[in-house]
Amino acid sequence: MNPVLLVIDWAFLLEKAILISVVIGLSLFIAMYETYAERKVAAFMQDRRGPNRAGPFGILQPLADGLKLFFKEEIVPNTANKFLFVLGPSLAMLTAMMTSAVIPWGSSVEVFGRQVNLQIADINIGVLFIFGVVSMGVYGIMIGGWASNNKFSLLAALRGASQVISYELPMGLSLISMLIITGSLKMSVIVGGQVDSIYYVLLNPLGFFIFLVCAFAECNRTPFDLPEAENELNFGYHQEYSSMKLGFYLFAEYINMFISSVVMATLFFGGYDIPFVSDAGLVESIGQNWTALIQCLVLFLKTGFFIFLFMWVRWTIPRFRYDQLMNLGWKVMIPLALVNMVLVSLLVLTGIIG
Amino acid sequence: MQTLTNRAKPVDRRPMTLAERLYVVNIFKGMMITLRHMFKKKATIQYPEQQRPFSPVFRGLHVLNRDEQGRERCTACGLCAVACPAEAITMEAAERKPGEEHLYREEKYAAKYEINMLRCIFCGLCEEACPKDAIYLSETFARSNYKREGLIYKKQDLLIPHPIEQPEEYRKALGNRAKQKQSAN
Ligand code: SF4
Ligand code: SF4
Repeated sequence: MNPVLLVIDWAFLLEKAILISVVIGLSLFIAMYETYAERKVAAFMQDRRGPNRAGPFGILQPLADGLKLFFKEEIVPNTANKFLFVLGPSLAMLTAMMTSAVIPWGSSVEVFGRQVNLQIADINIGVLFIFGVVSMGVYGIMIGGWASNNKFSLLAALRGASQVISYELPMGLSLISMLIITGSLKMSVIVGGQVDSIYYVLLNPLGFFIFLVCAFAECNRTPFDLPEAENELNFGYHQEYSSMKLGFYLFAEYINMFISSVVMATLFFGGYDIPFVSDAGLVESIGQNWTALIQCLVLFLKTGFFIFLFMWVRWTIPRFRYDQLMNLGWKVMIPLALVNMVLVSLLVLTGIIG
Repeated sequence: MQTLTNRAKPVDRRPMTLAERLYVVNIFKGMMITLRHMFKKKATIQYPEQQRPFSPVFRGLHVLNRDEQGRERCTACGLCAVACPAEAITMEAAERKPGEEHLYREEKYAAKYEINMLRCIFCGLCEEACPKDAIYLSETFARSNYKREGLIYKKQDLLIPHPIEQPEEYRKALGNRAKQKQSAN
Protein backbone atom coordinates (compact mmCIF):
# COMPACT_ATOMS: atom_id res chain seq x y z
CA MET A 1 0.00 0.00 0.00
CA ASN A 2 1.09 3.50 -0.64
CA PRO A 3 2.73 4.71 2.62
CA VAL A 4 1.18 8.15 2.17
CA LEU A 5 -2.25 6.64 2.74
CA LEU A 6 -1.13 5.28 6.10
CA VAL A 7 -0.42 8.74 7.42
CA ILE A 8 -3.46 9.98 9.23
CA ASP A 9 -5.24 12.67 7.32
CA TRP A 10 -5.57 15.25 10.11
CA ALA A 11 -7.59 17.66 8.08
CA PHE A 12 -10.05 14.91 7.34
CA LEU A 13 -10.34 13.99 11.01
CA LEU A 14 -10.79 17.60 12.00
CA GLU A 15 -13.40 18.14 9.36
CA LYS A 16 -15.41 15.13 10.50
CA ALA A 17 -15.04 16.04 14.18
CA ILE A 18 -16.39 19.50 13.51
CA LEU A 19 -19.22 18.09 11.44
CA ILE A 20 -20.12 15.59 14.16
CA SER A 21 -20.18 18.21 16.89
CA VAL A 22 -22.25 20.53 14.76
CA VAL A 23 -24.76 17.82 13.94
CA ILE A 24 -25.01 16.70 17.57
CA GLY A 25 -25.35 20.24 18.79
CA LEU A 26 -27.96 20.91 16.18
CA SER A 27 -29.94 17.78 17.01
CA LEU A 28 -29.96 18.72 20.69
CA PHE A 29 -30.94 22.26 19.91
CA ILE A 30 -33.74 21.15 17.64
CA ALA A 31 -34.95 18.58 20.15
CA MET A 32 -35.03 21.35 22.74
CA TYR A 33 -37.15 23.56 20.58
CA GLU A 34 -39.32 20.65 19.54
CA THR A 35 -40.53 20.48 23.13
CA TYR A 36 -41.41 24.13 22.89
CA ALA A 37 -43.07 23.69 19.51
CA GLU A 38 -44.99 20.71 20.78
CA ARG A 39 -46.43 22.71 23.62
CA LYS A 40 -47.24 25.60 21.34
CA VAL A 41 -48.90 23.41 18.72
CA ALA A 42 -50.87 21.58 21.38
CA ALA A 43 -51.96 24.87 22.88
CA PHE A 44 -52.98 26.39 19.57
CA MET A 45 -54.98 23.34 18.62
CA GLN A 46 -56.80 23.58 21.91
CA ASP A 47 -57.44 27.31 21.56
CA ARG A 48 -54.85 28.16 24.18
CA ARG A 49 -51.66 30.19 23.98
CA GLY A 50 -49.04 27.83 25.30
CA PRO A 51 -45.90 28.86 27.16
CA ASN A 52 -45.37 32.60 26.79
CA ARG A 53 -43.83 33.79 30.04
CA ALA A 54 -40.15 32.84 29.82
CA GLY A 55 -38.68 35.33 27.39
CA PRO A 56 -40.53 36.86 24.44
CA PHE A 57 -43.20 34.39 23.25
CA GLY A 58 -41.81 31.98 25.81
CA ILE A 59 -38.82 31.05 23.70
CA LEU A 60 -36.69 30.52 26.79
CA GLN A 61 -39.13 27.93 28.06
CA PRO A 62 -37.03 24.90 26.99
CA LEU A 63 -34.07 26.31 28.91
CA ALA A 64 -36.22 26.69 31.99
CA ASP A 65 -37.51 23.15 31.56
CA GLY A 66 -34.01 21.79 31.17
CA LEU A 67 -32.81 23.69 34.20
CA LYS A 68 -35.69 22.31 36.19
CA LEU A 69 -34.86 18.77 35.16
CA PHE A 70 -31.24 19.26 36.18
CA PHE A 71 -32.17 20.51 39.61
CA LYS A 72 -34.61 17.72 40.36
CA GLU A 73 -33.60 15.03 42.78
CA GLU A 74 -31.91 12.07 41.19
CA ILE A 75 -33.74 9.03 42.51
CA VAL A 76 -32.60 5.48 41.90
CA PRO A 77 -35.14 3.07 43.39
CA ASN A 78 -33.46 0.64 45.78
CA THR A 79 -34.95 -2.40 44.09
CA ALA A 80 -33.62 -1.41 40.68
CA ASN A 81 -30.58 -2.80 38.98
CA LYS A 82 -28.40 0.28 39.21
CA PHE A 83 -26.21 -0.34 36.21
CA LEU A 84 -29.06 -1.15 33.85
CA PHE A 85 -31.11 1.67 35.31
CA VAL A 86 -28.52 4.17 34.16
CA LEU A 87 -27.80 2.31 30.94
CA GLY A 88 -31.42 2.53 29.76
CA PRO A 89 -31.68 6.28 29.16
CA SER A 90 -28.08 6.47 27.98
CA LEU A 91 -28.78 3.86 25.33
CA ALA A 92 -31.96 5.61 24.26
CA MET A 93 -30.02 8.83 23.84
CA LEU A 94 -27.08 7.14 22.10
CA THR A 95 -29.15 5.38 19.48
CA ALA A 96 -31.17 8.50 18.90
CA MET A 97 -28.01 10.48 18.18
CA MET A 98 -26.29 7.86 16.06
CA THR A 99 -28.68 7.85 13.13
CA SER A 100 -27.75 11.36 12.14
CA ALA A 101 -24.34 10.09 10.99
CA VAL A 102 -25.46 8.96 7.54
CA ILE A 103 -27.81 11.79 6.66
CA PRO A 104 -26.59 14.07 3.89
CA TRP A 105 -27.30 17.57 5.19
CA GLY A 106 -26.32 19.29 1.98
CA SER A 107 -24.16 18.60 -1.04
CA SER A 108 -20.71 19.92 -0.15
CA VAL A 109 -18.97 23.12 0.83
CA GLU A 110 -15.56 24.43 -0.04
CA VAL A 111 -13.41 25.41 2.94
CA PHE A 112 -9.78 26.50 2.37
CA GLY A 113 -9.77 24.79 -0.98
CA ARG A 114 -11.06 21.52 0.39
CA GLN A 115 -14.27 19.87 -0.69
CA VAL A 116 -16.12 19.06 2.52
CA ASN A 117 -19.00 16.67 2.20
CA LEU A 118 -21.90 17.63 4.44
CA GLN A 119 -22.43 14.06 5.49
CA ILE A 120 -20.59 12.47 8.38
CA ALA A 121 -20.29 9.03 6.84
CA ASP A 122 -21.37 8.16 3.33
CA ILE A 123 -21.43 4.43 3.90
CA ASN A 124 -22.77 2.13 1.24
CA ILE A 125 -25.40 0.63 3.56
CA GLY A 126 -26.78 3.97 4.73
CA VAL A 127 -30.42 2.99 4.88
CA LEU A 128 -29.64 -0.30 6.57
CA PHE A 129 -27.54 1.55 9.14
CA ILE A 130 -30.43 3.81 10.04
CA PHE A 131 -32.69 0.83 10.23
CA GLY A 132 -30.34 -1.09 12.46
CA VAL A 133 -29.69 1.79 14.84
CA VAL A 134 -33.35 2.71 15.09
CA SER A 135 -34.27 -0.82 16.05
CA MET A 136 -31.58 -0.65 18.74
CA GLY A 137 -33.58 2.17 20.25
CA VAL A 138 -36.04 -0.29 21.70
CA TYR A 139 -33.27 -1.58 23.98
CA GLY A 140 -33.37 1.73 25.80
CA ILE A 141 -37.02 1.17 26.55
CA MET A 142 -36.58 -2.51 27.32
CA ILE A 143 -33.63 -2.05 29.64
CA GLY A 144 -35.20 0.94 31.35
CA GLY A 145 -38.45 -0.91 31.88
CA TRP A 146 -36.74 -4.03 33.14
CA ALA A 147 -34.28 -2.27 35.42
CA SER A 148 -37.01 -0.24 37.10
CA ASN A 149 -38.23 -3.50 38.68
CA ASN A 150 -41.81 -2.40 38.49
CA LYS A 151 -44.62 -4.28 36.85
CA PHE A 152 -46.00 -1.29 34.99
CA SER A 153 -42.62 -0.43 33.53
CA LEU A 154 -42.04 -4.03 32.56
CA LEU A 155 -45.41 -4.21 30.86
CA ALA A 156 -44.64 -1.02 29.02
CA ALA A 157 -41.27 -2.34 27.94
CA LEU A 158 -42.92 -5.48 26.59
CA ARG A 159 -45.44 -3.44 24.71
CA GLY A 160 -42.74 -1.19 23.33
CA ALA A 161 -40.67 -4.10 22.13
CA SER A 162 -43.53 -5.92 20.44
CA GLN A 163 -44.76 -2.71 18.86
CA VAL A 164 -41.40 -1.76 17.44
CA ILE A 165 -40.84 -5.26 16.08
CA SER A 166 -44.28 -5.41 14.49
CA TYR A 167 -43.91 -2.10 12.78
CA GLU A 168 -40.36 -2.63 11.69
CA LEU A 169 -41.55 -5.29 9.27
CA PRO A 170 -43.83 -3.10 7.14
CA MET A 171 -41.29 -0.31 7.41
CA GLY A 172 -38.61 -2.59 6.01
CA LEU A 173 -40.93 -3.79 3.28
CA SER A 174 -41.79 -0.26 2.25
CA LEU A 175 -38.08 0.49 2.22
CA ILE A 176 -37.49 -2.48 -0.07
CA SER A 177 -39.97 -1.02 -2.54
CA MET A 178 -37.97 2.20 -2.32
CA LEU A 179 -34.70 0.44 -2.91
CA ILE A 180 -36.10 -1.28 -5.98
CA ILE A 181 -36.53 2.17 -7.44
CA THR A 182 -33.23 3.65 -6.29
CA GLY A 183 -31.10 0.56 -6.74
CA SER A 184 -28.79 1.66 -3.95
CA LEU A 185 -28.64 1.79 -0.16
CA LYS A 186 -26.32 4.76 -0.19
CA MET A 187 -27.99 7.88 1.11
CA SER A 188 -26.09 10.17 -1.22
CA VAL A 189 -27.19 8.13 -4.24
CA ILE A 190 -30.81 8.14 -3.07
CA VAL A 191 -30.78 11.91 -2.75
CA GLY A 192 -28.82 12.29 -5.96
CA GLY A 193 -31.45 10.30 -7.81
CA GLN A 194 -34.08 12.80 -6.72
CA VAL A 195 -32.09 15.92 -7.37
CA ASP A 196 -32.33 15.51 -11.11
CA SER A 197 -35.69 13.73 -11.44
CA ILE A 198 -38.93 13.78 -9.50
CA TYR A 199 -39.21 12.94 -5.82
CA TYR A 200 -39.73 9.33 -4.92
CA VAL A 201 -42.90 10.10 -3.03
CA LEU A 202 -44.59 10.54 -6.41
CA LEU A 203 -43.31 7.21 -7.65
CA ASN A 204 -44.11 5.35 -4.48
CA PRO A 205 -46.86 7.14 -2.54
CA LEU A 206 -48.16 4.05 -0.80
CA GLY A 207 -44.65 3.18 0.30
CA PHE A 208 -44.27 6.64 1.76
CA PHE A 209 -47.55 6.36 3.60
CA ILE A 210 -46.59 3.03 5.14
CA PHE A 211 -43.19 4.43 6.06
CA LEU A 212 -44.85 7.44 7.68
CA VAL A 213 -47.18 5.37 9.82
CA CYS A 214 -44.38 3.07 10.85
CA ALA A 215 -42.19 6.04 11.70
CA PHE A 216 -44.89 7.20 14.09
CA ALA A 217 -44.91 3.77 15.65
CA GLU A 218 -41.12 3.60 15.88
CA CYS A 219 -40.92 6.93 17.64
CA ASN A 220 -43.57 5.84 20.15
CA ARG A 221 -45.64 8.87 19.35
CA THR A 222 -49.40 9.10 19.65
CA PRO A 223 -51.44 7.26 18.31
CA PHE A 224 -48.83 4.59 18.97
CA ASP A 225 -47.55 5.74 22.34
CA LEU A 226 -48.57 2.57 24.14
CA PRO A 227 -45.26 2.13 25.99
CA GLU A 228 -45.92 5.30 27.94
CA ALA A 229 -49.70 5.22 28.09
CA GLU A 230 -50.03 7.39 31.13
CA ASN A 231 -53.58 6.48 32.07
CA GLU A 232 -53.12 2.73 31.97
CA LEU A 233 -49.45 2.27 32.78
CA ASN A 234 -48.49 5.25 34.95
CA PHE A 235 -46.11 6.62 32.33
CA GLY A 236 -44.83 3.20 31.40
CA TYR A 237 -41.14 2.59 31.12
CA HIS A 238 -40.02 5.90 32.57
CA GLN A 239 -42.21 5.78 35.63
CA GLU A 240 -39.33 5.30 38.05
CA TYR A 241 -37.11 7.84 36.37
CA SER A 242 -36.54 11.33 37.64
CA SER A 243 -34.33 14.30 36.94
CA MET A 244 -32.13 14.26 33.86
CA LYS A 245 -32.50 10.52 33.33
CA LEU A 246 -36.13 11.16 32.57
CA GLY A 247 -34.99 14.13 30.55
CA PHE A 248 -32.81 11.80 28.47
CA TYR A 249 -35.77 9.62 27.62
CA LEU A 250 -37.91 12.56 26.66
CA PHE A 251 -35.06 14.09 24.71
CA ALA A 252 -34.40 10.83 22.93
CA GLU A 253 -38.01 10.78 21.82
CA TYR A 254 -37.72 14.25 20.35
CA ILE A 255 -34.41 13.52 18.67
CA ASN A 256 -35.93 10.36 17.21
CA MET A 257 -38.75 12.45 15.89
CA PHE A 258 -36.31 14.86 14.32
CA ILE A 259 -34.23 12.11 12.77
CA SER A 260 -37.18 10.23 11.36
CA SER A 261 -38.45 13.47 9.88
CA VAL A 262 -35.08 14.00 8.26
CA VAL A 263 -35.05 10.43 7.00
CA MET A 264 -38.50 10.81 5.51
CA ALA A 265 -37.53 14.06 3.87
CA THR A 266 -34.35 12.47 2.54
CA LEU A 267 -35.81 9.24 1.24
CA PHE A 268 -39.08 10.50 -0.18
CA PHE A 269 -38.91 14.26 -0.54
CA GLY A 270 -35.57 14.77 -2.19
CA GLY A 271 -33.48 15.49 0.88
CA TYR A 272 -31.55 18.71 0.45
CA ASP A 273 -32.74 19.22 -3.12
CA ILE A 274 -34.18 22.68 -3.67
CA PRO A 275 -37.54 22.17 -5.39
CA PHE A 276 -38.21 23.78 -8.78
CA VAL A 277 -34.61 24.97 -9.04
CA SER A 278 -31.72 23.31 -10.80
CA ASP A 279 -29.07 22.88 -8.12
CA ALA A 280 -26.23 22.67 -10.58
CA GLY A 281 -27.29 25.96 -12.11
CA LEU A 282 -27.43 27.54 -8.67
CA VAL A 283 -23.88 26.45 -7.89
CA GLU A 284 -22.72 28.29 -10.99
CA SER A 285 -24.61 31.49 -10.25
CA ILE A 286 -24.13 31.99 -6.49
CA GLY A 287 -21.27 29.64 -5.62
CA GLN A 288 -21.07 26.35 -3.88
CA ASN A 289 -21.14 27.42 -0.25
CA TRP A 290 -24.26 29.49 -0.62
CA THR A 291 -25.97 26.68 -2.46
CA ALA A 292 -25.06 24.29 0.34
CA LEU A 293 -26.50 26.71 2.87
CA ILE A 294 -29.76 27.01 1.00
CA GLN A 295 -29.88 23.26 0.56
CA CYS A 296 -29.45 22.83 4.29
CA LEU A 297 -32.25 25.27 4.97
CA VAL A 298 -34.50 23.52 2.50
CA LEU A 299 -33.85 20.20 4.19
CA PHE A 300 -34.72 21.74 7.54
CA LEU A 301 -37.87 23.21 6.09
CA LYS A 302 -38.98 19.82 4.86
CA THR A 303 -38.03 18.32 8.19
CA GLY A 304 -39.94 21.01 10.00
CA PHE A 305 -43.04 20.12 8.07
CA PHE A 306 -42.77 16.49 9.13
CA ILE A 307 -42.14 17.46 12.72
CA PHE A 308 -45.27 19.55 12.58
CA LEU A 309 -47.11 16.57 11.11
CA PHE A 310 -45.95 14.44 14.05
CA MET A 311 -47.36 16.97 16.47
CA TRP A 312 -50.48 17.57 14.49
CA VAL A 313 -51.33 13.89 14.52
CA ARG A 314 -50.45 13.61 18.18
CA TRP A 315 -52.91 16.26 19.21
CA THR A 316 -55.67 14.97 16.96
CA ILE A 317 -55.86 11.22 17.25
CA PRO A 318 -56.45 9.23 20.41
CA ARG A 319 -54.26 6.29 21.30
CA PHE A 320 -54.92 2.88 19.76
CA ARG A 321 -55.95 -0.02 21.90
CA TYR A 322 -53.31 -2.70 22.05
CA ASP A 323 -55.19 -5.25 19.94
CA GLN A 324 -56.05 -2.57 17.38
CA LEU A 325 -52.39 -1.70 17.19
CA MET A 326 -51.39 -5.28 16.55
CA ASN A 327 -54.20 -5.84 14.07
CA LEU A 328 -53.20 -2.77 12.15
CA GLY A 329 -49.57 -3.78 12.15
CA TRP A 330 -49.86 -7.40 11.16
CA LYS A 331 -53.12 -7.60 9.25
CA VAL A 332 -53.13 -4.31 7.41
CA MET A 333 -49.68 -2.79 7.19
CA ILE A 334 -47.68 -5.88 6.30
CA PRO A 335 -50.00 -7.11 3.52
CA LEU A 336 -50.25 -3.57 2.22
CA ALA A 337 -46.48 -3.22 2.19
CA LEU A 338 -46.12 -6.56 0.42
CA VAL A 339 -48.66 -5.61 -2.24
CA ASN A 340 -46.92 -2.29 -2.69
CA MET A 341 -43.59 -4.02 -3.07
CA VAL A 342 -44.90 -6.31 -5.79
CA LEU A 343 -46.60 -3.41 -7.52
CA VAL A 344 -43.47 -1.28 -7.55
CA SER A 345 -41.36 -4.18 -8.77
CA LEU A 346 -43.78 -4.77 -11.63
CA LEU A 347 -43.73 -1.12 -12.57
CA VAL A 348 -39.96 -1.03 -12.49
CA LEU A 349 -39.71 -4.25 -14.47
CA THR A 350 -42.03 -2.98 -17.16
CA GLY A 351 -39.99 0.19 -17.23
CA ILE A 352 -42.83 2.55 -16.33
CA ILE A 353 -40.89 4.07 -13.43
CA GLY A 354 -37.38 3.93 -12.13
CA MET B 1 -88.63 4.95 25.02
CA GLN B 2 -89.35 8.29 26.60
CA THR B 3 -86.17 10.30 26.84
CA LEU B 4 -85.51 12.92 29.45
CA THR B 5 -84.12 15.44 27.02
CA ASN B 6 -84.50 15.76 23.30
CA ARG B 7 -80.74 15.55 22.89
CA ALA B 8 -80.54 11.78 23.17
CA LYS B 9 -79.30 10.03 20.04
CA PRO B 10 -79.81 6.35 19.30
CA VAL B 11 -76.53 4.46 18.96
CA ASP B 12 -75.61 3.74 15.37
CA ARG B 13 -74.80 0.05 15.27
CA ARG B 14 -74.49 -0.42 11.53
CA PRO B 15 -71.26 -2.13 10.50
CA MET B 16 -68.58 0.30 9.40
CA THR B 17 -68.29 1.02 5.72
CA LEU B 18 -65.04 0.48 3.91
CA ALA B 19 -64.19 4.16 4.03
CA GLU B 20 -64.69 4.16 7.76
CA ARG B 21 -62.65 1.03 8.22
CA LEU B 22 -59.75 2.56 6.32
CA TYR B 23 -59.45 5.15 9.12
CA VAL B 24 -57.50 7.44 6.83
CA VAL B 25 -60.46 9.52 5.70
CA ASN B 26 -61.71 10.07 9.21
CA ILE B 27 -58.26 10.79 10.53
CA PHE B 28 -57.86 13.39 7.80
CA LYS B 29 -61.18 14.96 8.77
CA GLY B 30 -60.09 15.10 12.38
CA MET B 31 -56.80 16.68 11.46
CA MET B 32 -58.58 19.35 9.49
CA ILE B 33 -60.64 20.16 12.57
CA THR B 34 -57.55 20.60 14.72
CA LEU B 35 -55.93 22.66 11.98
CA ARG B 36 -58.92 24.96 11.90
CA HIS B 37 -58.66 25.39 15.64
CA MET B 38 -55.09 26.63 15.29
CA PHE B 39 -56.39 29.84 13.79
CA LYS B 40 -59.31 30.36 16.12
CA LYS B 41 -59.42 33.05 18.74
CA LYS B 42 -57.68 31.99 21.90
CA ALA B 43 -59.80 31.50 24.96
CA THR B 44 -56.95 32.32 27.33
CA ILE B 45 -57.12 35.34 29.59
CA GLN B 46 -53.62 36.53 30.44
CA TYR B 47 -54.39 36.83 34.09
CA PRO B 48 -52.22 39.34 35.86
CA GLU B 49 -52.22 41.76 32.93
CA GLN B 50 -55.72 41.08 31.76
CA GLN B 51 -58.64 40.60 34.07
CA ARG B 52 -62.18 39.62 33.50
CA PRO B 53 -64.72 42.24 34.54
CA PHE B 54 -66.38 41.34 37.80
CA SER B 55 -70.09 40.92 38.08
CA PRO B 56 -71.65 43.87 39.92
CA VAL B 57 -72.48 41.64 42.85
CA PHE B 58 -69.02 40.14 43.17
CA ARG B 59 -68.09 39.67 46.80
CA GLY B 60 -64.37 39.84 47.47
CA LEU B 61 -62.19 40.78 50.42
CA HIS B 62 -63.62 42.89 53.20
CA VAL B 63 -62.94 46.54 53.71
CA LEU B 64 -63.50 48.41 56.96
CA ASN B 65 -64.80 51.77 55.86
CA ARG B 66 -64.16 55.27 57.12
CA ASP B 67 -66.45 58.28 56.86
CA GLU B 68 -65.71 61.42 54.85
CA GLN B 69 -63.50 62.85 57.58
CA GLY B 70 -61.51 59.69 57.80
CA ARG B 71 -62.96 58.40 61.02
CA GLU B 72 -63.57 54.66 61.47
CA ARG B 73 -67.23 53.92 61.19
CA CYS B 74 -67.26 50.65 63.10
CA THR B 75 -68.73 50.84 66.56
CA ALA B 76 -67.92 47.29 67.61
CA CYS B 77 -71.55 46.37 68.03
CA GLY B 78 -70.80 42.80 67.08
CA LEU B 79 -73.77 42.43 64.78
CA CYS B 80 -71.55 41.32 61.94
CA ALA B 81 -69.99 38.63 64.10
CA VAL B 82 -73.45 37.42 65.09
CA ALA B 83 -74.66 37.42 61.51
CA CYS B 84 -71.64 35.60 60.22
CA PRO B 85 -72.59 31.99 59.47
CA ALA B 86 -68.98 30.92 59.36
CA GLU B 87 -68.05 32.62 62.63
CA ALA B 88 -65.11 34.25 60.98
CA ILE B 89 -65.23 37.61 62.76
CA THR B 90 -63.89 38.41 66.21
CA MET B 91 -63.49 41.80 67.77
CA GLU B 92 -62.67 43.59 70.99
CA ALA B 93 -64.41 46.83 71.83
CA ALA B 94 -62.84 49.86 73.49
CA GLU B 95 -64.17 53.22 74.63
CA ARG B 96 -63.20 56.35 72.78
CA LYS B 97 -61.09 58.66 74.95
CA PRO B 98 -61.48 62.43 74.77
CA GLY B 99 -59.24 63.75 72.04
CA GLU B 100 -59.78 60.71 69.80
CA GLU B 101 -62.86 62.07 68.10
CA HIS B 102 -60.97 62.51 64.88
CA LEU B 103 -60.16 58.78 64.85
CA TYR B 104 -63.45 57.13 65.68
CA ARG B 105 -66.92 58.28 64.77
CA GLU B 106 -68.79 56.60 67.62
CA GLU B 107 -68.07 56.52 71.35
CA LYS B 108 -67.23 52.87 71.17
CA TYR B 109 -64.87 51.46 68.65
CA ALA B 110 -63.21 48.18 67.71
CA ALA B 111 -59.77 48.02 69.25
CA LYS B 112 -59.23 44.66 67.62
CA TYR B 113 -61.05 43.43 64.59
CA GLU B 114 -60.13 40.19 62.87
CA ILE B 115 -61.62 38.26 60.01
CA ASN B 116 -60.36 34.77 59.39
CA MET B 117 -60.29 34.60 55.61
CA LEU B 118 -59.91 30.84 55.75
CA ARG B 119 -63.26 30.52 57.47
CA CYS B 120 -65.07 33.24 55.61
CA ILE B 121 -67.39 32.07 52.85
CA PHE B 122 -67.80 35.55 51.37
CA CYS B 123 -71.55 35.47 51.82
CA GLY B 124 -71.78 39.17 52.55
CA LEU B 125 -74.09 38.81 55.52
CA CYS B 126 -71.75 40.92 57.64
CA GLU B 127 -72.19 43.74 55.20
CA GLU B 128 -75.95 43.45 55.41
CA ALA B 129 -75.96 43.25 59.18
CA CYS B 130 -73.83 46.30 59.78
CA PRO B 131 -75.91 49.26 61.03
CA LYS B 132 -73.07 51.72 60.44
CA ASP B 133 -72.15 50.82 56.86
CA ALA B 134 -68.73 50.05 58.27
CA ILE B 135 -67.94 46.82 56.47
CA TYR B 136 -67.96 46.16 52.76
CA LEU B 137 -67.00 43.34 50.54
CA SER B 138 -64.73 44.83 47.91
CA GLU B 139 -63.62 43.56 44.51
CA THR B 140 -60.23 42.20 45.50
CA PHE B 141 -59.33 38.54 45.73
CA ALA B 142 -58.14 36.76 48.80
CA ARG B 143 -54.40 36.90 48.51
CA SER B 144 -52.40 33.72 48.87
CA ASN B 145 -50.09 33.20 51.79
CA TYR B 146 -47.52 30.73 52.99
CA LYS B 147 -48.93 30.60 56.52
CA ARG B 148 -52.41 30.22 57.94
CA GLU B 149 -51.79 33.12 60.31
CA GLY B 150 -51.23 35.35 57.33
CA LEU B 151 -54.81 34.82 56.24
CA ILE B 152 -56.29 36.00 59.51
CA TYR B 153 -56.70 39.62 58.56
CA LYS B 154 -56.15 42.17 61.32
CA LYS B 155 -57.71 45.58 61.52
CA GLN B 156 -54.84 47.28 59.77
CA ASP B 157 -55.22 44.85 56.85
CA LEU B 158 -58.90 45.56 56.55
CA LEU B 159 -59.06 49.29 57.20
CA ILE B 160 -59.50 51.42 54.13
CA PRO B 161 -56.83 54.14 53.51
CA HIS B 162 -57.56 57.60 54.89
CA PRO B 163 -59.82 59.48 52.43
CA ILE B 164 -58.15 62.86 53.02
CA GLU B 165 -54.55 61.84 53.50
CA GLN B 166 -54.51 59.17 50.79
CA PRO B 167 -57.41 60.01 48.47
CA GLU B 168 -56.03 57.98 45.55
CA GLU B 169 -55.72 54.76 47.51
CA TYR B 170 -59.02 55.40 49.22
CA ARG B 171 -60.91 55.60 45.96
CA LYS B 172 -59.21 52.50 44.66
CA ALA B 173 -59.93 50.48 47.77
CA LEU B 174 -63.53 51.60 47.86
CA GLY B 175 -64.27 49.86 44.59
CA ASN B 176 -67.44 50.00 42.55
CA ARG B 177 -69.49 48.03 44.98
CA ALA B 178 -69.25 50.47 47.85
CA LYS B 179 -69.81 53.37 45.49
CA GLN B 180 -72.96 51.79 44.13
CA LYS B 181 -74.22 51.26 47.63
CA GLN B 182 -73.42 54.82 48.66
CA SER B 183 -75.22 56.28 45.70
CA ALA B 184 -78.20 54.05 46.43
CA ASN B 185 -78.39 55.26 50.01
S1 SF4 C 1 -68.77 37.48 54.32
FE1 SF4 C 1 -70.09 36.07 55.44
S2 SF4 C 1 -68.66 34.53 56.17
FE2 SF4 C 1 -67.42 36.25 55.57
S3 SF4 C 1 -67.14 37.41 57.40
FE3 SF4 C 1 -68.93 38.26 56.39
S4 SF4 C 1 -70.64 37.19 57.25
FE4 SF4 C 1 -68.84 36.02 57.77
S1 SF4 D 1 -68.54 46.29 61.34
FE1 SF4 D 1 -70.60 47.05 61.59
S2 SF4 D 1 -71.73 45.34 62.44
FE2 SF4 D 1 -69.58 44.86 62.69
S3 SF4 D 1 -69.09 45.60 64.70
FE3 SF4 D 1 -68.60 47.23 63.34
S4 SF4 D 1 -70.42 48.49 63.28
FE4 SF4 D 1 -71.05 46.55 64.17
